[in-house]
Amino acid sequence: MTATALNKEPILRVEGLVKHFPLTRGIVFKKQVGAVRAVDGVDFDLYPGETLGLVGESGCGKSTTARLLLRLEQATGGHAYYKGQDIFQMNKRELRELRRNIQIVFQDPYASLNPRMTVGDIISEPWEIHRGVVPKGQRDAKVQELLEVVGLHPDHKNRYPHQFSGGQRQRVGVARALALNPEIILLDEPVSALDVSVQAQVVNLLERLQNEFSLSFIFIAHDLSVVRHISDRVAVMYLGKIVEMGTHADVYERPSHPYTQALLSAVPVPDPTKRGRGARIVLTGDVPSPANPPSGCRFRTRCWKAQDICAEEVPALIDRGQGHPSACHFAEVKEVVA
Amino acid sequence: MALKEVPARPAEASAREPHRGRLLEVENLTVEFRTPYGVVNAVNGISYTLDAGETLAILGESGSGKSVSAQAVMGLIESPPGFITQGAIRFRGVDLLTIEESERRSVRGQKIAMIFQDALTSLNPVFSVGYQIAEMFMVHRDMPKRDAKKKAVELMERVGIPSAAERVNDYPHQFSGGMRQRVMIAMALSLDPDILIADEPTTALDVTVQAQIMELLDALQSETGMGLILITHDLGVVADVADRVIVMYAGKIVETGSVYDVYANPAHPYAEGLMQSIPRLDQKGVELNPIKGSPPNLMRIPSGCPFHPRCPYRQDVCVTDEPPLYEVSADRRSACHFWQDVLAGKARRA
Repeated sequence: MTATALNKEPILRVEGLVKHFPLTRGIVFKKQVGAVRAVDGVDFDLYPGETLGLVGESGCGKSTTARLLLRLEQATGGHAYYKGQDIFQMNKRELRELRRNIQIVFQDPYASLNPRMTVGDIISEPWEIHRGVVPKGQRDAKVQELLEVVGLHPDHKNRYPHQFSGGQRQRVGVARALALNPEIILLDEPVSALDVSVQAQVVNLLERLQNEFSLSFIFIAHDLSVVRHISDRVAVMYLGKIVEMGTHADVYERPSHPYTQALLSAVPVPDPTKRGRGARIVLTGDVPSPANPPSGCRFRTRCWKAQDICAEEVPALIDRGQGHPSACHFAEVKEVVA
Repeated sequence: MALKEVPARPAEASAREPHRGRLLEVENLTVEFRTPYGVVNAVNGISYTLDAGETLAILGESGSGKSVSAQAVMGLIESPPGFITQGAIRFRGVDLLTIEESERRSVRGQKIAMIFQDALTSLNPVFSVGYQIAEMFMVHRDMPKRDAKKKAVELMERVGIPSAAERVNDYPHQFSGGMRQRVMIAMALSLDPDILIADEPTTALDVTVQAQIMELLDALQSETGMGLILITHDLGVVADVADRVIVMYAGKIVETGSVYDVYANPAHPYAEGLMQSIPRLDQKGVELNPIKGSPPNLMRIPSGCPFHPRCPYRQDVCVTDEPPLYEVSADRRSACHFWQDVLAGKARRA
């Protein structure tokens, strides 16, 4: 899971992805009065066997992006190609096949498992929908095997979710995602709800499974430290747009977008001797509403580099000499993490 | 910065004499919750002190007892089901557990204030934030409404809420998460408390906003000289602001010391495990070394040392004998029979 195989074809290609949630007024005669621009033109590729980290603060559109890829939400615009096939044009049968190959693990292991089903039923339920993946006679054995793969005891298949701790539940969620031998797993904040001492167990498990089953991950998180640990490439999102993208070394060691720099410098490093290291960039103000984003560059209202051009022209996500794409008119590498 | 003197009654003053600068002394505090399913031993005999101007971090995972111990200090434990079965909580020498509720009320909110993780549920949705801040002055200081409102605007400015005068009549839902937390801080600071307890103040906030709030708390502390108790599970936040740290596990203090010592070289296996299991922003490619297993059920805390089922240093004695808080150095304690081995890093990843 180290170097990205750039010569390979991407397994997933996203182009100009847009999702606007309509804002309506009125009950009987609804009329649209605006739109929340949750995702507003996102492009990225995912290559086989790699982990793409998607980071950003709440409301930046990272989870919506994942839901669009599975068509859990209908995209307003743009394209997403799975092995060259447009996901948004797929018919019912093709979509079912897609959802076999792309699985998702959710943040909250308490809410995403049905409390009335045993763990064995939860893991084998996908086989009821995708018949033929595992024949009925082998399902029991396969459930036990999957439980072992994710580090749980095979005998636990008759237990209910409430009998497990948070970390164990998240392992069940991962086992369910693996049940259909997917190629891509979308991990939507998979460790955010877990205790610190348990997070590392799940992160290590995910890394091991990726090697074992040659999976591609999209790892969505707001925790920049976890993303740095697990990702090969990282995309930083702000208000529905990717502002910077590159290898983890590009983004973490040579950040060139002011937002990335601010985000990185805001993360407290668990080392008191580094207290007050460098100048922490503390942003003023809050993230603007995605229903009414600023003109031009969306970050300009909080940016210390903002000039007139930032209000007029949307900066493209291109390389301006810093070695990787950055959506800033004044992109400039600045080291912020020691 | 000099400690802001609180006008005290003569009787209190004499009791305070030996506690120059010492604001709080918690001794052998034990809290249990009696539920229909059994007794939950949330806090099991913890002792600590807090001096003026000091930042004490209480670090622990969910269920470690860090929040319950703070609620006990504030007098917010609902009883039943919660019972403080042992211990003393001395504020400037006066044991808060033995005084009358009316006296207690004069301490709570006035001398010891608290802010919570979730500012939205802590604020009343049907009153404007200005009113809720002003209420502090009207109730505790008998201030007329107009003056109280004026004070509220001042406070909102002080905690960095832009255009405070216009927003004073806005309701909590009209503010962002970070601004709501600032409103909470304004309310907490309104009566110039000696101690501020911040229970996961930034956990619900985005990282850039977290940085703003921590900076604000830091600035306000050095301005007022209050003591700050910061309750969190975030090792990064602790490293950033704390002077001393208490690491809690299963309702007990397992290690305490200066934040520099504990982070540089932990003396308890749990503290060591925590440090090794978190991914760090300034490191890449270092394999995470997680702690095995999961935190214990507080109805069935393991015998001996509560950490023994997960501990790489475990020996037979750990299962039978509960370790006391051994003195590692003058200001440092560790509740591990083998703290010397832990300090030497015998089971630590190379």
